[in-house]
Amino acid sequence: MEFLHVAFSAFYQFGDAFAFLVLSAAGLAIIFGMMGVINLAHGEFIMCGAYVTVSVVRLGVPLPLAIACGSLAAGLLGVLLERTIIHRLYHRPLDSIVATWGISLIITQGTLILLGSTMPGTSTPLGSFSVGGFSYSLYRLVLMAVAVLVLVGLYIGFPHTKLGVHARATIQGPQMAQALGIDVGRVYSLTFGLGAALAGLAGGLYAPTMTMVPTMGATFLVESFVTVVVGGADVFLGTAPAAVILSMIKAFMTAWGGQLAGQIGLLIAVILVIRVLPRGLSGWLLKERS
Amino acid sequence: MAATGRDAVIREASRGRLPHWLGLLNGPQTLGRGPGFWIGFVLSVLAAAAYPLFSDGWTVGNTAYFFTWIFMALGLCLIWGYAGALSFGQAAFFGLSGYAYGVITLNFGAAHGLTLAALLLSVGLSSAVAALLGYFLFYGRISGVFLGIVTLSVTLVFSTFMAQTAGPEWTIGTARLNGYNGMTGMPPLTVPWFGGDIPLYADVPLYYVLLVSVVLCYLGLRILVNSRFGNVLVAIRENPQRAEMLGYDIRRYQLIAFVVGSSLAGLSGVFYTTWGQYITPSSMGLTAAAMPIVWVAVGGRTDLTATLIGTLFVLAVFQNLTIYGSQYALVFMGALLIAIVLFLPQGLVPGLVQAVGRLSRGKGRKETT
Repeated sequence: MEFLHVAFSAFYQFGDAFAFLVLSAAGLAIIFGMMGVINLAHGEFIMCGAYVTVSVVRLGVPLPLAIACGSLAAGLLGVLLERTIIHRLYHRPLDSIVATWGISLIITQGTLILLGSTMPGTSTPLGSFSVGGFSYSLYRLVLMAVAVLVLVGLYIGFPHTKLGVHARATIQGPQMAQALGIDVGRVYSLTFGLGAALAGLAGGLYAPTMTMVPTMGATFLVESFVTVVVGGADVFLGTAPAAVILSMIKAFMTAWGGQLAGQIGLLIAVILVIRVLPRGLSGWLLKERS
Repeated sequence: MAATGRDAVIREASRGRLPHWLGLLNGPQTLGRGPGFWIGFVLSVLAAAAYPLFSDGWTVGNTAYFFTWIFMALGLCLIWGYAGALSFGQAAFFGLSGYAYGVITLNFGAAHGLTLAALLLSVGLSSAVAALLGYFLFYGRISGVFLGIVTLSVTLVFSTFMAQTAGPEWTIGTARLNGYNGMTGMPPLTVPWFGGDIPLYADVPLYYVLLVSVVLCYLGLRILVNSRFGNVLVAIRENPQRAEMLGYDIRRYQLIAFVVGSSLAGLSGVFYTTWGQYITPSSMGLTAAAMPIVWVAVGGRTDLTATLIGTLFVLAVFQNLTIYGSQYALVFMGALLIAIVLFLPQGLVPGLVQAVGRLSRGKGRKETT
């Protein structure tokens, strides 16, 4: 019985880290993996999702609906930015890093000016349950389930929906896709918007568990980028296995030496992985398969 | 094209009986050559040297503060503009060397020119860490965008680490790291002199030391980028595959550029720490990591002179903005960055030079017709 308790605790830690990595990296993986844009404003999309979610909850709307609003708001912001700025920079990856950084500075500081240095949050819903004398948050289990749902949804959605097929066609050969009558610009916008909406979803989901400050996006930044780098360009073959491996490392290191040790462990892992597998896990898996 | 340009330079240099390496001050990889440019350069340096005579100590100290950042910007110009590898790690090396200087001087004192040894050791530490990190990055063949991500993560994790060192258990020797409050009380740089050391406070003497260092660093980098090494770096930036096919080990060249650039960031860190005798983890945060990118991108990343002018310009503008509208300064910086990337991708200075060139050429054409 004691063993089961320890095993559950380890599973919980792992699942918590896994959910965090998958949710914070999914949007980034789509924007980077499919479009090749490194989006340094990713954290700000997350922040936008969280802020909108909390504001809507405080109007009395139930949390799941509020999270959907947050996700939608971040998605719209993403489409807007893609139309105005990002779409000019598709062939200049380094410049798109710099420009998205500029966006990030403006959004963070703008939020600070408009809404102040902090905002009252909402409490974590669903209460807790206890296993073997330790109490666990039920909401964290929901987060794990949502992370798995997001992965499954993307896995089914990309091959089987019209937008998914169009998006993949556009990424593989923009000229050909355009010749076949696909509105390439619109597909790029929607794909970018989808990535931003997923970031907003992560923000909304984690909003009840965090302090609402304008710089909260930065707490997601390192983890999400590390996951995408280790995973490589493919969302499914990369992000999911990378999140599994990294969450084990993170859960272990955090249990051993606290939050910071977890982050440092991730960082060392990413540096070692790219030394051995420069194109990430998905690059390696695809090479093995072919 | 590059080869003929260099031959011409060598010929020119030998005609004037200059040593070969001095001839490299002019070359295909730097804007500004010919007597007009160099007369302007000497005049600017003389003006900068005479400047403290017409100004008060505080303003001179403030200008010295601007100078402390230039090394970092020139280093990033070398890594990003010439070698084509965007690094967000400048702030990390800045902080690393700054803290190292504090730890060394607080432990061993400042007597007998020890501060100069501390300066060298701190910069050396940055070089060593940059070499180790760069080995994993470049020999792992990390392409441009991944390099940015990993260096950014290193910077952020390092800053998080320093931020949580507030407790009394975080001491190295007698130096307390002091978390977010920052490390204070380290001695300023001192020059050992007959009859007593000369401490360099944030005043006129430090200004001159920094001015001389900036000029030397600028000229040294000009020689470096116009040398064979610099030509290869530019070849790698333009087309890595082609450079590799021509037989250059591009990993080695990029690694060396990365180490040199990061060491210059370390030098900035040391000068900054001695200038204010103060360093905090926020000098490595997200905003601090963005600043060198802003300076270099705004000035014009593919040229040292453009970076130098751009950095001073942005620093001056930013300081005035912070004084008159503190909150909006960062918003303005972000907008400036986006505007430059969208409308003047080469940067402000090369854009202006081109515009002036077009104008004068247009005038010339009109006169001939």
